[in-house]
Amino acid sequence: MRINNAGTTGQSRPAGTPPKLSIFSLAARDGNLTRLFVIMVAIFLVMSLARPDIFPTLSNFNSMSVQIPEIGILAIAIMLTMLTGGIDLSVTSTANLCGIVTAIILTALVPPTAAGPQVVFGIAVAVAVAITIGLACGLFNGYLISRVGITPILATLGTLTLYMGIAIAITKGTAMFAVPQFLWLGSGTIVGFVPVPLIIFAALALVFALILNRTAFGFRLYMMGTNATAARFSGINNAHMLVQTYMLSGLLASIAGLIFLARSNSAKADYGSTYILQAILIAVLGGVNPSGGFGKIAGLVMALLSLQFLSSGLSMLLIRYSGSNFLKEFAWGALLIAVMVIDYYSNRRRDRALVEKT
Amino acid sequence: MPEELLCVNNITKSYAGVKALEDVSLNINRGEIHCLVGENGSGKSTLIKIIAGVVTPDAGEIHINGKHYPKLRPIDSIREGIQIIYQDFSLFPNLTVAENIALNHELARGQKLVNWRRVRQVATAAMQQIGIKLDLDARVEQISVADKQLTAISRALLQNAQLIIMDEPTTALTQREVRSLFAVIKSLQARGISILFVSHKLNEVLEISNKTMILRNGRKVVDADAREFDRAKLVYYMTGRQIDDSTYDYRPGELTVPLLKVENLTSHGNFSDISFELMPGEILGITGLLGSGRTELALALFGVQPADSGTISVEGKPVEICSIQDSIAHGIGYVPEDRLTEGLFLDQSIGRNIVVRTIDRYVGRGGLLDGREVEKGIQAGVNQLSIKAGSPALPVKSLSGGNQQRVVLAKWLASSPRILVLNGPTVGVDIGSKSELHEILRELARQGMGLIVISDDIPELMQTCSRILLMRRGRLVDEFRRQDTTENQLTLKLTEA
Amino acid sequence: MLKTNEFLVALTIVGLSLVIGLISPAYFTIANLFDLLRSATVTGMLALGVLIVIISGQIDVSFTAITAFSMYVTVKILNAIGFNGTVLVAFLISAPIGLALGLINAAIISRFKLPTLIVTLGTQSLFRGFLLFFIGSNLIRDIPGGMEAFWKANLVTLTTPEGALTHLHSSILLLVAAALVTWFLLKYTMLGRGIYALGGAPEAAERAGFSINGIQMFIYGYVGFLAGIAGVAYGSLNRQADPTRLVGSELDVIAAVVLGGAIITGGRGSVIGTLLGVFLITIVNNSLILMGIPSIWQKVVIGLIIIVGTGLPAYQNRRAVGRLSANLAE
Repeated sequence: MRINNAGTTGQSRPAGTPPKLSIFSLAARDGNLTRLFVIMVAIFLVMSLARPDIFPTLSNFNSMSVQIPEIGILAIAIMLTMLTGGIDLSVTSTANLCGIVTAIILTALVPPTAAGPQVVFGIAVAVAVAITIGLACGLFNGYLISRVGITPILATLGTLTLYMGIAIAITKGTAMFAVPQFLWLGSGTIVGFVPVPLIIFAALALVFALILNRTAFGFRLYMMGTNATAARFSGINNAHMLVQTYMLSGLLASIAGLIFLARSNSAKADYGSTYILQAILIAVLGGVNPSGGFGKIAGLVMALLSLQFLSSGLSMLLIRYSGSNFLKEFAWGALLIAVMVIDYYSNRRRDRALVEKT
Repeated sequence: MPEELLCVNNITKSYAGVKALEDVSLNINRGEIHCLVGENGSGKSTLIKIIAGVVTPDAGEIHINGKHYPKLRPIDSIREGIQIIYQDFSLFPNLTVAENIALNHELARGQKLVNWRRVRQVATAAMQQIGIKLDLDARVEQISVADKQLTAISRALLQNAQLIIMDEPTTALTQREVRSLFAVIKSLQARGISILFVSHKLNEVLEISNKTMILRNGRKVVDADAREFDRAKLVYYMTGRQIDDSTYDYRPGELTVPLLKVENLTSHGNFSDISFELMPGEILGITGLLGSGRTELALALFGVQPADSGTISVEGKPVEICSIQDSIAHGIGYVPEDRLTEGLFLDQSIGRNIVVRTIDRYVGRGGLLDGREVEKGIQAGVNQLSIKAGSPALPVKSLSGGNQQRVVLAKWLASSPRILVLNGPTVGVDIGSKSELHEILRELARQGMGLIVISDDIPELMQTCSRILLMRRGRLVDEFRRQDTTENQLTLKLTEA
Repeated sequence: MLKTNEFLVALTIVGLSLVIGLISPAYFTIANLFDLLRSATVTGMLALGVLIVIISGQIDVSFTAITAFSMYVTVKILNAIGFNGTVLVAFLISAPIGLALGLINAAIISRFKLPTLIVTLGTQSLFRGFLLFFIGSNLIRDIPGGMEAFWKANLVTLTTPEGALTHLHSSILLLVAAALVTWFLLKYTMLGRGIYALGGAPEAAERAGFSINGIQMFIYGYVGFLAGIAGVAYGSLNRQADPTRLVGSELDVIAAVVLGGAIITGGRGSVIGTLLGVFLITIVNNSLILMGIPSIWQKVVIGLIIIVGTGLPAYQNRRAVGRLSANLAE
């Protein structure tokens, strides 16, 4: 993705900084991970001090954990494609499409009076179809990008529109509904208070952290994202990897769509149009380099939590004002730019410190 | 007009803690061809960028035409008549030849509007000054490398250049084009224009220089009249030591099955009817001018640009090579020409660069990588090639050219290829590392690997290969045995039209 | 000439028009043409601004937020002071607002050398959030007199064969003016060539003595300026000020620019191509009804057009370079 101004967000580590000798540490992310952790804790403390009566409570935890999984899963999807140096703008459309199809199948297969095996069967079929659609959407993206050669921004812009269009055509613009038996996925809890979607997100985050950090696939993904030409010359099959990555992105999108359907009991073609921005925000805040090759799930999770705390806290502080969503939008834009500017200065300071040492 | 055109004193510049230049001074007079010699990392690039005003020195003074510039900007340098022709020519690929030639000139004159007729006139006049003719309306990305260079030179002339700095100008030129370039340089000199010729190609420096300055590790080693240097002295000043010229003797073993056998290999438009054999333990050289098809041949062997017809056999069995994966599967490795973009992942660590090819080997329980095994693999690679680095976790871009090339080699050796094709293995590598790399290649051959070295560095070919093939315009025209040839003979044959 | 992207887009428009016209002869009426031009005006002005950003190798997604911002603030100011005079005053207020917002983009990008996609995503949020929270998010139906008058200002009024009246709105003049200015800028000024240079080889541009910061200030300022003017036009044409609608359509504008031949990595692009791209997208958006295709299929068609419109050149490029079987090196 050459949509860069001169220079990236300063991701590299100059020679001389004390290195971690593990193969699994990537350049210069350690410092940023610590900083993210500090930011996350700081926001939490500030918000807790501001409204100690409602912020650090179980019910707030519950309401925050509604948004975390949906955006979080999309953020992981965006992170995967950004690691390759591309981007998947079609994740929300894919999610919506999957949700819609699931709703239709559920309504058809699981009448309100059904119970037991019929419910399980209906849900299983619906979920299987949704996941297949997600994979197919990702496959198409991967094909356009690797075989046809369209740049990722444009390709996923096209598919974003296409998938949304298909969703509109199916629903004629209205919302689809799930069946009551499905809602457990969205609002049910395990161990009494941990919401199911949160568990799903945590599991996915762990799985993908493992995939990225501890598998050959993840290793090759980072390398390809750093330099696709060298990857090719080193025997990496770039086309395969891209298709697989975009398929994974589509898969995650479908899961996000399922969770949304289960939680809100509705699926619409244009839901979550602001989610893309938030997902990209979280990825970049979490340390993903838009040109590819660097970024960790741990950073992404901390960025996600930071934004969620911020968002929730702002809602509380501004209960009197309507339109607090808009203030949040403002805050996120400001935060993104602020973090990038801080990155710039901290990199400069690090370089200068090295000069002084010699 | 003062005799002295440029005078820079006591220039010092550091980047992120590394001293690129330390206390360097340089004087250039009118009509002088001054050569700046040094290996990669010697500070040549930094010095010329400072003269051009693109980089600001931390300390030191710059005087141009007798005028002192406390803070030199690119536009000042340009207005004083200093023109740089960078290695990448700094041209605009999406603009036409006419625009590329004339644009900077118009910009420097403070023009706000573009008069296209004047642009063409100006471009044509510039080309006439050196007696060339190019297609003014061609987009620069479509023309040949030599034509790009001529475009860049024409551009430089337009701005009443007093000093033209050429940074490694002959890297991508054929021998004939190099001769043309030298003729152009001599004619520029006759018109009182000075040239600062930056190079590490010693033959050329010896031929064209009036005064030669040598940089090593950011410091000036010597700056004197060119007649005081011969090749050995240049090498000595550049590296600080004498270099021995060893050679490699291939002793054919009992095995008669060739490691690699190529028969009638043809790729339309690139090469035709190429046939040769490579025995285990042999180092075969392939040379030829630009356009001879030698790189395309390598790319065909490695599956990047598969051939259209002909057979390739590995260890006696014919194989199909349609992709890079095919080549690798048959034990062929390729060390590419452009290691920065094709061979290395600059921002990644040394360790990752070493294991990128063989990462699958370290998959343990449950499909996860075994960290400790990976560390061992990296350490083995580092040891095998004596890679000098603080730690394998450092990014590979922090290494020198020679060490970087070792990393590329380590990457390939990790998978134990049977055949290794190397394209320009020591380009941009300092002389000291060069000979160490050659020894590594010889050692690999002694252990039974078959190597093909593609290069236009005749001394390198003489030091590593036992047999050298000559390609011209896509065909194999000659074969030499090293024992029966001399460097001069080879150079002569190479440059024959 | 025959192979240029612009020619292909023109051909597509002609072909598409023939198809639509065959199905619904209502397409080939002056009334329809006037309608299309009216729909294309705002998109076209924004696309011209985005064009020069893309030529320089960068990208800006915040321009719709700038448009909404300058439109809304202008309306509020004029209503507050009760000004109902000429619409030119509205333009005089909104253009500097847009310019200022654009310069904020420029300042952040050039001072800190940050990737432009991410920065403008951030400023889009920033501008939109600020507008909707601090200034207001309500739909304003009472637009200032000047804008109301502008809404009625038709350039040409004709009578259709059926006896109805059809108008060509005078806002088309804004588009024409913007197109001419942009064309002149790109072809006949050093600044314009500098924009191409920056897109083709940023390092070379710097070495040649172009002021990169200056060029960037201009580019983002220009987009902002055009967005400001487009904002007042948007408000007038719709006869209301809705601060929430415009954001979300930036991808359509970018698609139009890219379909028109501009390369997303920079260095290529033309005014004619962009106008053709805008026209193509507008035709598709407006004419599906005429073909009897329910508007719910609109997005599908646009999506397909983007995919095919970017896919064909990309695929052909691959064939030419001989990398069909290769596994992708960028």
